[in-house]
Amino acid sequence: MSLNYLLRRLGLFVVVVWAAVTLIFFLPRLASERNPIVERMGQTAASAGKLGEGVGEMVKAWEAKFGLDQPLWKQYLRYFRDVLHLDFGYSLAYYPTKVIDLIIKALPWTIGLFGVATLISFLLGSLGGALLAWPKAPRFLQYLLPFFLTLSAVPYYLLGLVLLFLFAFTTRIFPLSGGYPVGTVPSLSFPFILEVLRHAVLPGCAMIIAGVGFWALQMRGMMIIGLEEDYIAFAEAKGLKGNRIFFRYALRNVLLPQATSLAITLGQVISGGILVEVVFGYPGLGTLLLKAVSGFDYNLISGIVFIIIIIIAVATLLVDLLYPLLDPRITYQRRVK
Amino acid sequence: MKADILQVRNLRVYYQTSLGPLKAVDGVTLSLKPGERFGLVGESGSGKSTLALALMRLTKPPGYIEGGQVLLDGLDLIKVSENEIRKVRLAQIALVPQGAMSSLNPVMRIKDQIIDGIKDHLKKMPGSALEERMHELLAKVELKPEMANMFPHELSGGMKQRVCLAIAISLSPKVIIADEPTSALDVVVQRQVMLTLGQVQESLGVSILLVGHDMGLMAQFVERIGVLYAGKLAEVGSVREVFKESLHPYTRLLIACPPSLEEKGQFKGIPGLPPLLLNPPSGCVFHPRCPQTTSRCSVKIPSLKEVYPGRWVACHLYTEVKR
Repeated sequence: MSLNYLLRRLGLFVVVVWAAVTLIFFLPRLASERNPIVERMGQTAASAGKLGEGVGEMVKAWEAKFGLDQPLWKQYLRYFRDVLHLDFGYSLAYYPTKVIDLIIKALPWTIGLFGVATLISFLLGSLGGALLAWPKAPRFLQYLLPFFLTLSAVPYYLLGLVLLFLFAFTTRIFPLSGGYPVGTVPSLSFPFILEVLRHAVLPGCAMIIAGVGFWALQMRGMMIIGLEEDYIAFAEAKGLKGNRIFFRYALRNVLLPQATSLAITLGQVISGGILVEVVFGYPGLGTLLLKAVSGFDYNLISGIVFIIIIIIAVATLLVDLLYPLLDPRITYQRRVK
Repeated sequence: MKADILQVRNLRVYYQTSLGPLKAVDGVTLSLKPGERFGLVGESGSGKSTLALALMRLTKPPGYIEGGQVLLDGLDLIKVSENEIRKVRLAQIALVPQGAMSSLNPVMRIKDQIIDGIKDHLKKMPGSALEERMHELLAKVELKPEMANMFPHELSGGMKQRVCLAIAISLSPKVIIADEPTSALDVVVQRQVMLTLGQVQESLGVSILLVGHDMGLMAQFVERIGVLYAGKLAEVGSVREVFKESLHPYTRLLIACPPSLEEKGQFKGIPGLPPLLLNPPSGCVFHPRCPQTTSRCSVKIPSLKEVYPGRWVACHLYTEVKR
């Protein structure tokens, strides 16, 4: 891989991030008839039971404080500068908490749960799918495929509800909701970690079970084509051990498309896990995003979406940089005209 | 006279089809002496590649080995267990594959593809000894040592075929099966690769079964030749005698095919097409295309008989000439 390519690829990364920031800034502001300050004031007023006088002035004061009275282009420039410092301002709904603090609190839960669940489902599914195409694999695997294929057609939040009903509501083996027991303070102690794992089992399983079929099916398809290759036949003529042919000749050679899917899925999972987080009351990014949208919290929405886009962009960047290692024929050299 | 190293007895390889078994190799019997170069020729679809792969028990579904024996130094390769046949491959009987262009794993370095075959057959060897062995093999097939660290796509077709050759000889096998090893190469590279194959064969004293359709190449390389037609051997004999005076009408037509430089005549072919093996002609499979067909040919299947010492032919014209 050339330095030239590395620089071009990093350049693309910067462009993607810039486009994302711009889009995030303008999109919520297109809904110009809604005003977050007014909505927030309304809520406060409703809970206080009295509509005070001078609401108009109060709204103006808050708008000045959040910089919403400035012209759009000034807001945009300021926003851009702040984002580069990972400063998304204050949450409008959770004032005076800063957006970045809310995200930092939620992000590890989401990455920890869904990142790990996706990786497990990827590894299990890919290995299983590869074995399904392997003639010497045990027979019983053939019967597992339809089962997991059916499950992968079920959305994982529905699967989550079923798991909740069976293992938390009916049998009470696992907790019903949350990321850790109510009333405990998050710490790095052993009992707390154990509790976290216990809470992660059901949402994790929902995602793993729903994902395995997809990975297996895709891997199986590629392996079937891969096993037809001449180098597999020659590897057999070389009298290589079955394990070596399976891992080094067959599986190894079809990893490339699988790695691409993994990068895309990892990005999607962070946003797509929202429903699972809601179902399980998990304190992650998804739950936070749901609250932000329902509270029309500009700053929080844009902060979360920005983080999601960064994660996807980083994942695809890593995969692109990984390609030449997976397949030496890929050099990314430009054609000489 | 030394004992045969490879004996094939009445080998039958069929393909399963919805219309019944297709007899791609139908009762082939032949033998190789130690250090001998044997050529197997035939048209496309005559079953030569099927036969070559069946000798190493590499037949893939829908193909299957219906019956017969392949005795390698007395060991019946059709009968031994999966694990035993794996150990025999490469160590005792090795393949130089047909499609050298695609027979190497594109994501592995050349050295690793040479070494892994050795690793899976021998007891633990230190890495340095493996490296040394690998470099010896590269030198034997006239490749530069730097190529060890390259990937297949960085090599030319001829170089890739040499790598395959280096792999085939890595454990000094008793028999090498070369399945049209040069069909993907141009004639210049073809000649160079065949010269290397010849040198390697002589230095190791290994027997070679060369499969191909190029009569000119065969004439230059092999000592004995077997002509395959529709899954059956039509004629077997020393290459000199078969070319000087072929016995089977099919062999005669086959040898007349390559245009010669002296007689600038018409380009000749054999009229008709090879038979469909699902429903082969009755009697001798060649009789519908044979210029010398008799009434017996469409009724009785001719068996392979030794009509002169060392000359075998499956044709009714010669039944009487038996010594």
